Order: sequence, then C-alpha cells, then structure tokens
Amino acid sequence: MTLRTPLGRARGLGSAKEGVGHAWATIVTAVALVPLSLWFVVSLIGLQGAGHAAFVAWAGSTVNASLLILTVLMVLHHAQLGIQMVVEDYVHNAAGKYIALIGSKLVAAFLAVFMTVSILKVAVGG
Amino acid sequence: MVEFALPANSRVQPGKLFKAPAGADKVRTFKIYRYDPDSGANPRLDSYEVDIGHCGPMVLDALLKIKNEIDSTLTFRRSCREGICGSCAMNIDGTNTLACLKPIEDVKGDIRIYPLPHMPVVKDLVADLTLPYAQLASVKPWMQTQSPTPPDGERLQSPAEREKLDGMWECILCFCCQTSCPSYWWNAERYLGPAVLLQAARWIMDSRDEMTGERLDALEDPFKLYRCHTIMNCTRTCPKGLNPAKAIGAIKERLIERRG
Repeated sequence: MTLRTPLGRARGLGSAKEGVGHAWATIVTAVALVPLSLWFVVSLIGLQGAGHAAFVAWAGSTVNASLLILTVLMVLHHAQLGIQMVVEDYVHNAAGKYIALIGSKLVAAFLAVFMTVSILKVAVGG
Repeated sequence: MVEFALPANSRVQPGKLFKAPAGADKVRTFKIYRYDPDSGANPRLDSYEVDIGHCGPMVLDALLKIKNEIDSTLTFRRSCREGICGSCAMNIDGTNTLACLKPIEDVKGDIRIYPLPHMPVVKDLVADLTLPYAQLASVKPWMQTQSPTPPDGERLQSPAEREKLDGMWECILCFCCQTSCPSYWWNAERYLGPAVLLQAARWIMDSRDEMTGERLDALEDPFKLYRCHTIMNCTRTCPKGLNPAKAIGAIKERLIERRG
C-alpha cells in the first residue's frame, strides 16, 4: 500500500544516465564474435582426428593464440553482459540480485584470466 | 517480478453458463473473464452463447449484445467502436487487440476474452491503467521549446521532417502493446514500456521540439529504456499496425549517435 502519486511512482529514482555503454559493448562483442566463432569452428573441423601435438602446434602459433584469447575475452564479456540483463529482469530480491550480479562478473573475470593464462602456457610451451 | 503462477486470489474459476435463446440459428460461445472486487470471490470465466446471426460482426458488437440482452452486469470500456479511441483494448483469443476491430469470424472455436494482461483489474474487462498513464505523463508528451512562438504563424516543419513522425502519431494509447510486453510484466514499475517509449520517440523525432537532448537524458537508463529486448510482442499485437519496437530502436540509435 502506497499513497505516493502515480507520477511519483512512474518517475521513480529518475534516469541513471547510463545503459548505452552496456548496449554498445553488447553490440561490439557480438559483432566481434561472428568472425571469431566462424574461425574457431572452422579451425576445430580442420583439426578433427589430429593428435595432441597437432593441437598444441596449432594453439602455439602467435596468430592462433591471439585469436583464442580474443575469443575467450569476447565470449566472457558478452556472456556477463547478458547475464546482467537476465538477473536485472528476473531477480528483484535486492540481496539475491547483487550477489548474482557481482558473482557473475567475478566468475567471468576469473575465467578470463584463467583461460588467458592457460592459452599462453600452451603457446609459450609452459 | 517474474511470476510463474497467478496469486491464489487471482486464479480463474469456472463460471456460469448463459444458454442461447431457443430458435437461435448461429450460436458462438463467448468465454469472458469476470471479476467483481466487491464480492471478494476469485475471478471466474462465464460462458455466453450468443446468436451472432442477430449481431454485428465485431467482438465489441457481441459484448454490447451480451450487456444489452443477456447480462447487464458485464463491465467493459468502449466508446468510438471504430478503432480510434482505444477504450475497448482487451485480450481476445490470446492476443491484445481492440474488440471493435476484431471480427468474430476470425476466431476459431470459443471466443475467450480477458482484460489486458498483468495489470490490476478494476472490474471484469476493465484494467487499471493508472501506471501507464503516469508513465506517459513522465515523458512529457508535448512540444517543449525555448524559442518563442513565431509571431506570424505556427512552428513550421518541412514535409520530410513531418514524414519522420509517420508510424508514431497514429498511436491511440490503447496500451495493447504495453501490456503484451514480458519486460513490462516483470518490471512495470521501472520500464516505461513500448507505448510510452513510442510516444517519447514521437517527440524526440519531432523537428520542432527543442528538448531532444533532455528527453534522451531522461530515457538513458538501464530500466526505463533498456529493458526492451526486442521481443517484438508490441509490434505483433498493435491493432493499428504500428511498430513500437522500431521506435524504441530509433531512440537507442540516437543515444549511440550522440556519443561520438
């Protein structure tokens, strides 16, 4: 029960003056993932049946390692932006919302570092 | 908040059956949502057998026939009966539309009629539109200028500038699109919704308005604008054939355009 006026409810806390950055980042990462995904899938098809050594050699090339890292970063950035949208849409309990928002971003950040280091280790023969 | 089931006091119960009069030759059954807030009872779905051989062709004609001849307690909004006032917006056969523009013969089987979805119900088919109206007021849907009015006439607009308003000025504010949008269902308090954003776009695109930047500032918000996920229910349901999703896209383009 609230006695607040309808206009007061509608105006709420006002504009956050942000959102376009999120939308732009979603677009940029999506555009980047079109060629990167194609390259990744085509590369894997090309490596079908190849042994461990062939995979390491493939991932060890500077271009392939760079593209792999780029793919990982774009996928994770795009994913955490999307998860943020889903959480904001559906989770209205304040505690749950912030736990999900912060958690998903930290998990994405950890995965980004972990996967980048892993690719570099393969690439530099660690 | 997302809801997977209706609250217990909103669950629709079976209702009464009003049989067709003897001698009726062309009978269709209308299953209509009934809710009386004074009774304290759950909503129910009443069935009315209507002789559409003696009735106008539209769903609104049948509703008026029911109210006039079968059950005067049936409550709904209507006014112009020609798709220009937006009063008779309701959910017919699973889609939000205007009862006056929906031919009975377009519906196969029983004709199911509910109020606009996910809104508080005042009575029967009358949804409470207080919040969407307030949201409309919040975007200031009128011309705002600093330049004084020309002393010798109206504010001018070229034909090309005027054309940019086509597809937006025709909106009759029936809120069919607004209440068809899942994003609006889950976040009505914070998301402005397609009908209101279409009106906001109508003034952002108006060459005579001088507050474009301020209007964009007010909309740049993760909830007010960016809850639109291009689900497109709004465009699919609009009884006037408008495209609110395209108008929302145009606002988003302007916001990107002014960044650099």
